[in-house]
Amino acid sequence: MATQTADEALPKLRRSYRPAPLQTLSFVFIGLLGVWLIGNLIKNPSHWFDLFLVGLTLGMVYALIALGYSLVYGILELINFAHGDVFMLGAMMTTTLVGVFGLGLQGNVLAWILPMLVITAAFTGVMNTFIEIVAYRPLRGAPRLAPLITAIGVSFILQTVGLVWKGPAPVSIRDDVLPRGKIFHLGDADFGWNQLIIFVVTIPTLILLVWLVQKTKQGKAMRAVAQDKDAAAMMGIDVNRTISFTFLIAGLLAGFAAVLYALFVTNVQFDTGFRLGLFAFTAAVLGGIGNLPGAVLGAVCIGLIEQFNNGLTWHTPGTDWTNSLIFAILILILVFRPEGLLGERTPEGG
Amino acid sequence: MAAARSSPLVQAAGIWHRRRELGALWWRALGAAGLSRERYRSLPHWQQRAAKVALAGVILFLVVIVIRVLERSFGEVSGVTIVTFDGSAYLAFAIVALLIVPEWKALPALPLRFAWPAAAAIATVVGVVIALVTDNTRNGVVSSIGSVLALGAPPWLAAGSARQPTPVLERQLAVGRKVVPLAVLALAITFPYWWNHIFTIPIFGEFPSVETAVVMLVYIMMAVGLNIVVGYAGLLDLGYVAFYAMGAYTAAWFASNQFANRDLKFGSVGVFPGVTGIHVSIWLLLILAGVFTALVGVIIGLPTLRLRGDYLAIVTLGFGEIMPQVARNGNDLFNTGFNLTGGPQGITPIDSPGFGNKLSDWTGGFLPSNYLTHPQGANVFYWTGLLLLLFTIFCSIRLRDSRLGRAWIALREDEVAASAMGVPLMRTKTWAYAAGAFFGGIAGAYFAAFKSSTFPQDFFFNISVFILCMVILGGMGNVWGVILGAAFLAYLNQEGLANTGAWLNAHFGTHIDVPQYSGGIYGVIIVLVMLLRPQGLLPSARRKRELELGTHDEPAYDVVH
Repeated sequence: MATQTADEALPKLRRSYRPAPLQTLSFVFIGLLGVWLIGNLIKNPSHWFDLFLVGLTLGMVYALIALGYSLVYGILELINFAHGDVFMLGAMMTTTLVGVFGLGLQGNVLAWILPMLVITAAFTGVMNTFIEIVAYRPLRGAPRLAPLITAIGVSFILQTVGLVWKGPAPVSIRDDVLPRGKIFHLGDADFGWNQLIIFVVTIPTLILLVWLVQKTKQGKAMRAVAQDKDAAAMMGIDVNRTISFTFLIAGLLAGFAAVLYALFVTNVQFDTGFRLGLFAFTAAVLGGIGNLPGAVLGAVCIGLIEQFNNGLTWHTPGTDWTNSLIFAILILILVFRPEGLLGERTPEGG
Repeated sequence: MAAARSSPLVQAAGIWHRRRELGALWWRALGAAGLSRERYRSLPHWQQRAAKVALAGVILFLVVIVIRVLERSFGEVSGVTIVTFDGSAYLAFAIVALLIVPEWKALPALPLRFAWPAAAAIATVVGVVIALVTDNTRNGVVSSIGSVLALGAPPWLAAGSARQPTPVLERQLAVGRKVVPLAVLALAITFPYWWNHIFTIPIFGEFPSVETAVVMLVYIMMAVGLNIVVGYAGLLDLGYVAFYAMGAYTAAWFASNQFANRDLKFGSVGVFPGVTGIHVSIWLLLILAGVFTALVGVIIGLPTLRLRGDYLAIVTLGFGEIMPQVARNGNDLFNTGFNLTGGPQGITPIDSPGFGNKLSDWTGGFLPSNYLTHPQGANVFYWTGLLLLLFTIFCSIRLRDSRLGRAWIALREDEVAASAMGVPLMRTKTWAYAAGAFFGGIAGAYFAAFKSSTFPQDFFFNISVFILCMVILGGMGNVWGVILGAAFLAYLNQEGLANTGAWLNAHFGTHIDVPQYSGGIYGVIIVLVMLLRPQGLLPSARRKRELELGTHDEPAYDVVH
């Protein structure tokens, strides 16, 4: 009560950032969302849980991509449009590797998934670093929009590389590469080995990433560069190398995501990366860009929204509107809460 | 700053950087012609110039002869004609232009009253030479027109970069400013008459057909509109295609039988009696589409324009992605059965533009009654499009020089400083959005009327990037550069890539479907331009200075390398 009077006593320096009616509206919106979800749950619970598990799984894959966006944005304030296409090329690489490894895939999962992850991640990591050095580094001093426009150009080039490499048709791989056996049931919904493998790969990766950023010297350098490049340089940090390292990490994460996505969805096209990249970017923004746990939370939300919207039947827009829905979320978040769900509000944030 | 004053043509050829070597070559050639350096220097100015032009003519003549001999001897043996017969004329013209262009730096010494007669005389000589060498009168005419352009272009192009023009240069610039645009305009207006009657361009093949030219005009219009947003105000708009779609669907809604349970006709032409739906005259719809789209621009802009540059880019991208999906799914909005956009089938046919029989008869058929049934429909569409483009260019330039335009540029250069100087940020940005959207809407409506249809797949994200690519390639902020970039890329997209691909496949025995990879080609263009020439082909003088001096401080950590 006391603070309220103090606020009123002060002259109004600035229009209030988020007017109160908006908050009410957002509660109404979230409430409606809850009603919609519960309504669907009651109508067809097993289907709901099925979608929930698939959404969660895909959300974890998206999280790996979203973290790439978030890391690069955090350090360079650049929306790396090409990131989704790096992921796509990684997925293409995975389809090739599935062909190379051939029938051995039926045997022990651990025997081939590790080499596959390593090869693809190395491929995408090196590619991402290369892109940074060739296309973004010369533009360090340029106006802010220059690297962004370049990133769009690189994205188109990578899509064409994918097009030349695998052709315009979707590339499919066998769907029995990952074991599909069931582990447990939620009603009629099954949780399969293929989903478990995704969690087994992503969760340690995420923990490792958090450890890398929070605890290691290199992570400290990354955080320092993200805060202030000039000051970091004066403290003896090699800024360019740190930025390249960040791109390498982002590329590695995209490579992991690519393997998991290709094996789980078994279907990749040259423009998959663009769409998924935008989804992942939306996820990063939803969680608060530059915020690593936020990116994961946002990615899981996006995965769930996508699956629920595609699969649910009661008052659902349906597959036709998935893109619009996700971009609408992106726009609303950017307009009304640019700091995201978990992000800190920065002076520049609006 | 001397380099800034030479013409971009010369710079592009890299000749400026080699002027010393070229100079030595030049003296040697003069010596071979019996004119020593001392003798040359003692000559009056006009005789020096005459000597140079004469020498240039001789060199040109020799080059053309060599090319002809080469193509006669090698062309028929190997079956490879890289330089076609007609191509040689084109090449010769380019060489003339390059040789004569540097001469004009010396021009302030020449009394102005001699300048243009001299240009005309040189052009006539060039034309006659080329006509004789190539046995083709048309080549001669085109080359002489081209020479006038080449002679007039440097002062005109230098207009932006000349810091303190002398009075004489000033007057010449004024002449150049009038003559070159008039000549280009004359060429543009007569385009339907000459496009298929003159030489073919090496590798690219024929000149674009009139239908392609109409599409090019529409794209140029959109690029000039986007240039207002991106080039003037510095707001990156990745969803410009949304405005274009808005314009197209406005035309489609009000000039077709999409809403068949309504029956309204207002000034429309070519609608059969008994056909229901809303049919409003396309001319009114062009205005309506512009205004409606500008309103949409304001509505989209108001909440989003306070976002920082790259966030704004993402939001506009989001709108650009939502719009085609709405168009594609709009045949059954919210399961109500209401058909708004025709879904994937789009809306077709759309009424044709026209002035009706009464006006047509009254003007003796000068104003066509109906564009679609007109025997030279494409030509009429072309001229109308040209008129719309001229209107767009005029508005764009007037806007740039207005108070609002200067506010945009101030905003682009430094938002904080601009707002401290009293530029209202939101209002100024919103106006930029509205103005850009206005022209996008007109272009969309006109394009829909030309194709007589709209489809959702015309409005995908790559079109936005394609238009952005035009603006970047040409030179953000400079209308002429944007026009050049847009014309080139639109041509490439419509015909050029297919022609080049066919040429490649024919000469190297490959089987590449080049247009399929257009996205990658545009990507390469974007990246190369951003890395090598961020100011674009024809930069605006101000933008160039900005990029050279930098609007940001040099980062400390990059200085060491």
